[in-house]
Amino acid sequence: MTEIVVIARLVPDLVEELEIATSGTALDLAWLRLIINEFDNHAIEQAIILKERSGATVTIISPEAEGVEDMLFTTAAKGADKLIKLTGVGEEKPTNLSMAQTLAEIIKEINPDLVLTGVQAHDDFTGDLAPQLADLLDMPYVGYISGISLGDGKATAYKEYPGGILAEMEIALPAVLGIQSSEEPPRYVAISKVRQMMNTASIEDRDAGVLETDSGVVIDRMYLPEVADRAEMLEGDEEEVASKLIAILQDLGLL
Amino acid sequence: MTQDIFLLIEHIQGQVSDISYIMAAAARELAQNEGDSVIGILFGSGAEGLKDSLAVDKVIYCDHPTLSEFTSDAYKRTLISLLEDYSPRAILFGNTTLGADVSSSLAAHLKFPIINSCLKISDSGGIISQICGGKIMVDSQLADKTTLITVNPGGYKPEEGQSSSSPETITFSPPDLENLKVQLTQYIEPEAGDVDISQEKILIAIGRGIQTEDNIELADELAELLGGAVCASRPVIDQGWLSTSRLVGRSGKKVKPDLYLCLGISGATEHIEAITDSKTIIAVNSDPDAPIFDIAQYGIEVDLFDFIDPLLEQIENAKND
Amino acid sequence: MAVNGIQQSLPFTAQFKESLLKIPEGENIQACLQCACCSGVCPFGFAMDFPPGRMIAWMRAGILDEMLKSDSVWMCVSCYACTEVCPKDIPITLALMTRAKEEALLAGNVPAELQSALEFSQQYGNPLGESSRKRAAWSEELDFEIPIIRKAKRPVDILWFVGDYASYHPRSKNVTIAFATLLNKLGIDFGILGPDEFSDGDSQRLAGERGLFEMLAEKNAKVISRCEFTEIITTDPHAYNAFKNEYPQLGFDFPVRHYTEFLVEHLDEITPLFKENGKAKVAYHDPCYLGRVNKIYDAPRQLIEAIPGLELIEMAHNKSTSLCCGGGGGGMWLDGFRWEKSESRLSEWRVKEAVAVNADILAVACPYEPPRFEDAAKAITGAEKLQVKDVVELIVDAIGN
Repeated sequence: MTEIVVIARLVPDLVEELEIATSGTALDLAWLRLIINEFDNHAIEQAIILKERSGATVTIISPEAEGVEDMLFTTAAKGADKLIKLTGVGEEKPTNLSMAQTLAEIIKEINPDLVLTGVQAHDDFTGDLAPQLADLLDMPYVGYISGISLGDGKATAYKEYPGGILAEMEIALPAVLGIQSSEEPPRYVAISKVRQMMNTASIEDRDAGVLETDSGVVIDRMYLPEVADRAEMLEGDEEEVASKLIAILQDLGLL
Repeated sequence: MTQDIFLLIEHIQGQVSDISYIMAAAARELAQNEGDSVIGILFGSGAEGLKDSLAVDKVIYCDHPTLSEFTSDAYKRTLISLLEDYSPRAILFGNTTLGADVSSSLAAHLKFPIINSCLKISDSGGIISQICGGKIMVDSQLADKTTLITVNPGGYKPEEGQSSSSPETITFSPPDLENLKVQLTQYIEPEAGDVDISQEKILIAIGRGIQTEDNIELADELAELLGGAVCASRPVIDQGWLSTSRLVGRSGKKVKPDLYLCLGISGATEHIEAITDSKTIIAVNSDPDAPIFDIAQYGIEVDLFDFIDPLLEQIENAKND
Repeated sequence: MAVNGIQQSLPFTAQFKESLLKIPEGENIQACLQCACCSGVCPFGFAMDFPPGRMIAWMRAGILDEMLKSDSVWMCVSCYACTEVCPKDIPITLALMTRAKEEALLAGNVPAELQSALEFSQQYGNPLGESSRKRAAWSEELDFEIPIIRKAKRPVDILWFVGDYASYHPRSKNVTIAFATLLNKLGIDFGILGPDEFSDGDSQRLAGERGLFEMLAEKNAKVISRCEFTEIITTDPHAYNAFKNEYPQLGFDFPVRHYTEFLVEHLDEITPLFKENGKAKVAYHDPCYLGRVNKIYDAPRQLIEAIPGLELIEMAHNKSTSLCCGGGGGGMWLDGFRWEKSESRLSEWRVKEAVAVNADILAVACPYEPPRFEDAAKAITGAEKLQVKDVVELIVDAIGN
C-alpha cells in the first residue's frame, strides 16, 4: 500500500490585522488567529485524491498550535487515516530547518513513498519547509505542483510556470512534493462528520524535542508597511498621468 | 569567504526571466565595497549567450545537455559541486517556481542560513523582506557565513539589472549528472479557450463608463499589451458585450490579480466585494467621488477616452525601449 | 457498499424518506396529491430537474438517488412559497428541501461559492469571511457609544442581536446605523454582543449545514446566557427566525422580537419626532422570514403609514404571496451559480413589480435586501429613480437630525 505523509501547518490568518510584539522582531502572538496554510490544505486534498484513486494510507503531521486538533479531525473526516500532533513546539517560531529535522525523524519511521506539503507558507522567513525536508530525507524535491499521478516507483507531476506553462516532471519515489494546488479544490466536509471524528478518531502526540529558533540571520526589526487610506491620486494632464501610471506598473514589475 | 555576491540566472525555453535582472540589480546594491563582484551562475546547454544582457561582472557558466532546461535535482547537484570551489558572501535565488525549488534544499544541505522574500536592499546593505502576504516587513542582516536569499519581484525594475556590455565568462565543469531523480519530460502549453479571470494576474476591468460596445476594443488592446484579460462589472455584461464568464462581482467571479486596473467602474459594493483580494487596484474614473477611489491604491480622475490613447501609446513605447 | 458480507444499510431513497417522516408533520408527505402547486409557485421551479413535487414522486418510486447528482436543490431559496400553497400542509421547505440539501452536502455536492461561505462561518463566525473582532466596527461611525454587554457588565433592557450582513455589509450597515440612531433617540437601554456575537446560522441550516448551525447556535447561546436582558431585538428576519423557532428546539429559549414589532409599540414616542418629509409612494416588500414564515405582515406597514408624506402601495405579490429576493436558503452565497443555471435574478423580478406600480421607494425589512435590490435596480429599465430603503431608514430620514 502506498504510504503518503502530509505536513499541515497553521499560519497567521491574514484576515485579522497583524501586530508586532514589543520586542519589535516578532509577531504579537496574543493578536494572532491561526488558519490552515492554504497550500497545505491543497496538499491534504491531493493526498486524499490519490488515496481515492489507487489506495493509500494517509498520515497527517502537524506542529501543535491553537486549533490544531480541530484541523486534524477535519482531515480525518475528509479521509486521512492517521493523525500526529507534534507537541512541545513552544510559542517562538522555530527555524524551518530545525522543524524539518524533527519531522524527518518521524517521517523516516513511517517510510513513506510520498511526502506532500504546501509549497510555501506565507510566514516563512527562514527558507521553505518542503525542500529542506527533502534534503534531510535524501529525497528529490519538486515544488509548485498542481497534479500528480503515481506509477511504478515514480510519480509524474505537473509543475506550474508563469504564463500558464506546465512542466511535466518524472520524479523517482520516495519524493517530497510542494503542492501549489490540488487537482480538485479542497472539499467541504459537513461539521457533523467532523464532530463524529472528534469522538472516534485519535491523535498521536509526538514530542518535537529541542527546536532551534536562531537561524543565524539577525532580525533587526519587524514592522507593518505603510498603507494609504484612500487612493493616491495621480495629477496632471492625460499624457503626464499616463506616464505616471506606466512608472507605477514598472515599479510593480508588471511592465 | 569572499565578499562576492552570486545569483542564479533563471531561464525557461531560451528566455532569461525578468527575475534574473531584478536579482542583478539587488546584487549590485548588496555588493557595497569596491572590488566586490556580482557573479551570475548560468547553467544550460549551448546557452552561454544568455549572459549578454545581464548587468553582472562575471558569469560562471556550466554547460551540459541535462542542464538545458531547469530541473531541481540537476541544478542542486551542480550548485553543490560549484560551492566546493567558491565561497561567496551571498547567493540570490528568485522566489519563483524555479529558484524556490533549489534554494532551501541547498541551504539545508550546506547548512547555510537563508532569508526569504527579499524585496529591497537597504542603504546600509540590510535585507528588507516582505512576508505574510505583504502585511509584514522584516529588516535583517546577512549571517556571518554564506547566506542564501530568495528575491521577490517588485523591489527593482528589470532594466536596472540590464547591461549592454557582455560579462566575462568563467567555465565550470559539470559534476556527474547520471541517475538523476527528477527529469523534465515535456512542457505543456496552456490550452486556448476562454480565460478564467479568477486565475489571471492582470485584469483590465470595464464598467458603465466604457459607454459603447465598440470601446471594448480599447480595453482588449490594453489587456493584450499588458498581458492580461478583460473583465467587467454588471452593466457591461447585461448589455451582452462580454460573456458572463467575465463578470466580476457578487453574481460573477471573485478575483485576486496582481493588478486590477478599472476603467469607468464606480465601485458598487457588489463589485468591490469581489476584488478586495487584488494586490494593486488602480482606478480610472471621471467622477472624483466614485467609491472605487476609496479602495484603490492609485486613482486617476480623467475622461477615460481622452486618457486611453496616450496610455496605449506610452505603454507601447515603454515596451519597445 | 457491502464489505465482507456485512448487510448493507437501507438504500438512500428509503433512508431519506424515513428521516422525513421523523420531522414534525413530515408524515403529511405521504398525503401528497401531486397537484404540483409547489413546483408551479417555486420561483426557480423552471430551472430545477427535481422541483419539490417531482422529488416526492421519485421518492415514492424509490429512485430519488438521481437527485443527489443534480443541482436542483441548490436552486431552492427556502422562501416557503411551496409550503404556503401546499393543500396538504406538507412541510416542504423545512423537511423535504432542507433535508435534501443536507444529503447533497454530505455527498460532497456543494457549489464552490456556498462552500466558502460555510468555511468562513466556521472560521470567523460570519459567512462573509470578515474578522470577528471587527463585528462592531460599524458603531465607530456613531457619535455615541453602544455598550458591549460583556464589557459593560450590567443588565440591559434590549439585547440587540445585530447579525452578519447588518454588521459587515457596507450597504446593510447603513440600516444598522439608522436603527442605533433611533434607539438612542428614543432613550432605549440597549447593548450588543459585539465581537462575541456569532452568525445566527439560520441560512447555513437552510443551506443544508445543520451541524454548523448547531455549533453556531451553541456559541451564541453560551454568550447570551451570560447576559442579563429583558428581550432580544434584531433587524434580521433570519436571526429572528433562528431565535424564535429553531434555537428553542436545541434547548436555547430567549425572548425575541423583530425590530418592526418593537417599534410599532413605540410609535407614540416616534410620531412626535417626525418632520415635514415630502411625498413618496412606498411599496413594501415582505421578507420571506418575516412574512410567510413568521406571519408579521402588519407591523412594518403600520410603521410606513405612520411616516408623514409616505403612501403605502402594494405590489402584485404581497404578504403571503411575496416574491423572494433570492438571498434565502444560502442564496446570498449562490448568486453566480443560480445565474448560470437560470439566467434570471429574483431580485430583478421584484424590482420590476415595484416599477409596475410606480413606486418611488421599495421598502424592505431584512439586511439581505438593500444591496440585492439596489443591484437589481441598476439593470431594470424604469428603475433608475427607484430608491431601496429599509423601514427604519425611512423613519430616521423623516425624523432628521
